[in-house]
Amino acid sequence: MATKSVAVPIAVPLATPERSQWQMAIERFRAHRPAVIGLFVLVMLSLLCAAAPLVSPYDPDRTRLLELYEPPSLTHPFGTDDLGRDLATRILYGGRVSLSVGLLAVTVAVSIGTLVGVLAGYYGRWIDSLLMRFVDMMYSFPRLFLLILFGVFFKGMTIGVIVIVLGLLSWMTTSRLVRATFLSLKNREFVEAARCIGASDRRIIVRHILPNSLAPIIVAATLGVAAAIIAESTLSFLGLGIQPPTPSWGNMLNHATTDMAKAPWIAIFPGFFIFLAVVSINFIGDGLRDALDPRHVVHPSR
Amino acid sequence: MGRYVVRRLLQALPLLFAISVASFAILKATPGGPLAAYEGNPDFTEADRVRLEHAFGLDRPLPIQYLSWLGSFLTLDWGYSFSSHQPVLTLIGERLPNTLYLMGTVFVVVLLLAIPIGVLTAVRQYSIFDHVVTGTTFTFLSTPTFWLGLLLIILFGLQLRWLPLGGMATLGAPFEIGDRLRHLVLPVATIALVQLGSHVRYLRASMLETIGQDYMRTARAKGLAERVVVMRHALKNAAIPLVTVVALDVPELFVGALVTEQIFGWPGMGRLFWDAATRSDYPVLQGILVVSSTLIVLANLLADVMYGYLDPRIRFS
Repeated sequence: MATKSVAVPIAVPLATPERSQWQMAIERFRAHRPAVIGLFVLVMLSLLCAAAPLVSPYDPDRTRLLELYEPPSLTHPFGTDDLGRDLATRILYGGRVSLSVGLLAVTVAVSIGTLVGVLAGYYGRWIDSLLMRFVDMMYSFPRLFLLILFGVFFKGMTIGVIVIVLGLLSWMTTSRLVRATFLSLKNREFVEAARCIGASDRRIIVRHILPNSLAPIIVAATLGVAAAIIAESTLSFLGLGIQPPTPSWGNMLNHATTDMAKAPWIAIFPGFFIFLAVVSINFIGDGLRDALDPRHVVHPSR
Repeated sequence: MGRYVVRRLLQALPLLFAISVASFAILKATPGGPLAAYEGNPDFTEADRVRLEHAFGLDRPLPIQYLSWLGSFLTLDWGYSFSSHQPVLTLIGERLPNTLYLMGTVFVVVLLLAIPIGVLTAVRQYSIFDHVVTGTTFTFLSTPTFWLGLLLIILFGLQLRWLPLGGMATLGAPFEIGDRLRHLVLPVATIALVQLGSHVRYLRASMLETIGQDYMRTARAKGLAERVVVMRHALKNAAIPLVTVVALDVPELFVGALVTEQIFGWPGMGRLFWDAATRSDYPVLQGILVVSSTLIVLANLLADVMYGYLDPRIRFS
């Protein structure tokens, strides 16, 4: 590791301290101030949600009939909802659901996308045309429409189902990125060299080519988490996603349209946390793009 | 050019075929199938089910069912809504213009704002204007559409009482342009503010790249006014890729319309889709799915053709 130690031993030649690609990427990321702030906000938010029972004295599901629609106060910082539940507490517990759904859905999406991208890009020919036509088709449906259809099939979704469904509907960007890397690299000399010394397809794919698509995958996955959080909250807001009483940032806004006139805080606060998480993640994604691949521009897909 | 357009059209056909198969398959896979509406009805016996399945041809092989479905779809026989028993085509025909009216207005507003903002942020890169605008659009880009809609209603509808809370026009009032426009402001702002960000960012990046090109220096060296250099030489080239970006955002426009129509009680296709979903009204869901995805494919096709027209290099590759 390079250090800033002043005492340079005589044996070391006058070379710049060696820095790996990743160290340079970290430095570039740290120079991107919004991304660093975004990372800080997101980490704090996740910790608060994870430690919800320690942070809040209230039970998220306990209804209090004498405290319906209380405006924000010292005892209830974000007020109470239509059943007298403490909104701040439900936001913390809802954050657990919304943040993990976003993260897990993207994990599913990236796994599928990588597999499809590898198959299409490495094996090419009819597999490639078939898979890419399928991708085109998936892009031709508005994602929320399909999500709603699935919501109707399952009559609302559990966390597990929504993770899988979101994953199944969001892998296309990753598959195109991975495919592009494979197309541009599979005929290069280093791949040919590996094949000459008897490396298997599997080894060439996993060890030689795939690592090169890591940077765009990381950026796309980060932006994907933000998109997944918005998708889940929209679906839950419409009433077909995560079902109450389990709180999610989306379904807490379920009744917001009717309650908005007398209790605007019910509409304002949960939505603000969706926004806070999404804007932080988008900034992180932006910083990662600058850090990992300064020349690459991905169209943010939502 | 003609050959290029024909080639693009032919390439879109397999895609449309795949979309039709998928739409058919999605609804075949629904639990209970098309007769789900009868589930749980005590008077609906097993014999009734068999009889109805035979009457509707649901006992025939899948490919045959698909072909007969496709045949009636192409002849504009889209079946009847389970809940209102009206023809699906009539229902969609009533609602689609309202959605296109909303989406079209958003489309125009976004482009009218995005182009000057994108150009200015690029020309004055790293100025205060650039930082403020880039920051603001990025913020809106991260805002959930439905939350932004709610906030706008709370602020401009409930608190300030400047604008109506929803609907397309004041109920019972005679047609009046001003009234229509007032109802349009909040729904359009909701979708446009979220969409604006991606266009501005794209155009800014594209302009910055173009500004660095050699022909820009040539244009300046000829003694052209800076205005002409920016608007004629830079913007014209930088805006070409925007055609594709705009087309890619059409699905997003449909999603935005669905959410916005829901919040503002806008009688459009998105709201129809939502209502059909809550009633498991599969024929309507299927019709809307096919209409929206066909429009998306056509938008992409149009973008490809325009791109080929604007950038002749594309046509010959």
